Amino acid sequence: MESSKVYVDVNATFSKDGRLIPKSFIWTDGHQYEIQMVKDVCRAASRKAGGVGIRYTCIIDGRESHLYYEDNNMWFVEGK
Amino acid sequence: MGRTILHSDVNCFYASVEHLHHPELEGKPIAVGGDPESRHGIILTADYIAKKHGVKTGMALWQAKQVCPELTFIAPRMDLYLRFSRMAHEIYGDYTDLQEPYGIDESWLDVSASASVKGDGEKIAKEISNRMKKELGITVSIGISYNKIFAKLGSDYKKPDAITTMYENEFQTKAWDLPVSDLLYVGRSTHQKLARFGIKSIGDLARTDEKMLNLQLGKMGSILWAFANGYDNSPVKIENTHAPIKSVGNSTTTPRDLLTDEDVKIVLYMLSESVASRLRKNGFRCRVVEISVRDNELYSFTRQHKIMNATNITGEIAEEAYRIFKENYTWHKPIRSIGVRGADLVTDDYWEQIDLFCSMEKREKLMKMDEAMDELRRRFGYFCVQRGIMYQDKILSTLDAESTHTVHPHGYFG
Repeated sequence: MESSKVYVDVNATFSKDGRLIPKSFIWTDGHQYEIQMVKDVCRAASRKAGGVGIRYTCIIDGRESHLYYEDNNMWFVEGK
Repeated sequence: MGRTILHSDVNCFYASVEHLHHPELEGKPIAVGGDPESRHGIILTADYIAKKHGVKTGMALWQAKQVCPELTFIAPRMDLYLRFSRMAHEIYGDYTDLQEPYGIDESWLDVSASASVKGDGEKIAKEISNRMKKELGITVSIGISYNKIFAKLGSDYKKPDAITTMYENEFQTKAWDLPVSDLLYVGRSTHQKLARFGIKSIGDLARTDEKMLNLQLGKMGSILWAFANGYDNSPVKIENTHAPIKSVGNSTTTPRDLLTDEDVKIVLYMLSESVASRLRKNGFRCRVVEISVRDNELYSFTRQHKIMNATNITGEIAEEAYRIFKENYTWHKPIRSIGVRGADLVTDDYWEQIDLFCSMEKREKLMKMDEAMDELRRRFGYFCVQRGIMYQDKILSTLDAESTHTVHPHGYFG
């Protein structure tokens, strides 16, 4: 299996109470995807992409996908 | 009420972390070991697939390649492993504040007081094991017992990804059948001594007369006898009770085996430069200098000595390290790796009695010189200024010890 870790540019906000919430990210083709909702936040490992981070379960275009915030301060998603 | 102690051991720690970060290598044998190019060539950790082929920790890379040709080597990334170790401790921290790390990948946890909130030992162990898998993508083996020694035996009992209980009513059937060398603190030489008396299993040891063991092995004999019988009351130490830094050390596996005093001197000076500059950077001075030596058959020892005045002067640490070395090594074998450590640290403003016969003026000059060296290196790079001795051997002295310093888990090879 090929490694499918894709680092992406992310726009995120910090809330008053110190929470970091991603709002949108830019995919490798330059297209910007809005994050409609963050369903769940927890630490998790991604076997598919190969890494560990704070996993944001996001709703994008009505579909669920995972965005990881690695502790090297970079964001990645699991590629196709 | 008895205690509930867990011992959690991450399976093939370095290799597991690397597997997670290299999904393309799934199902293939990997080993974490030094850079084969500069002959930093031993295996630190092999995964289970490689172990099945006979790859063992401490093997040279070329040996491992012989027994397992399809093996992939990965250079160690210590900072990554330390990060994972920290995250593991965060998970343990959800269950108890009583956790005592043993090396980078093992930990004792006293969860006796958490029973009412988190459930019994087995429930907590299962939860920890699941969270490790889900949150960190690595597996652990956990031993559950009423003392630390049997908990550790439990975690070694079945691997990988297993939970083993070693309670009071079962240790005689489970632990006593194990070879005595599985017991903590039974190293190579103790094992040989015990074998001479026909003591092969932990049960044999437990049934031996304590007085006889004491006579033959000294104090350690009684301790081991108590361990084997489950009379270990040592507490799990509370986290964060020790100083943030206990010692500053550097060790290196040299690009070629060391053969002469001069070789050793070069490497000791290099390591001392790194140790001393890190002491200076953090505002510490050391009162004990320690060296560790490992020969080319991986036999290793450490020796330490208390010094007169607390110091962070490179020259003083290096000279002391070399003196200790000369006193303790007879060159029966070439040396593979060597280390220097400054311990018993005090802060920079520590006061002490000045020795009547040592020149404070000279010491202050040395300190200023070291400071100047640090500043030069900060601005123009490590190799911009060198000691004369480094020109004796260009290969040995190319190691930039400070930026490549290795972290040695305490008591790992002990």
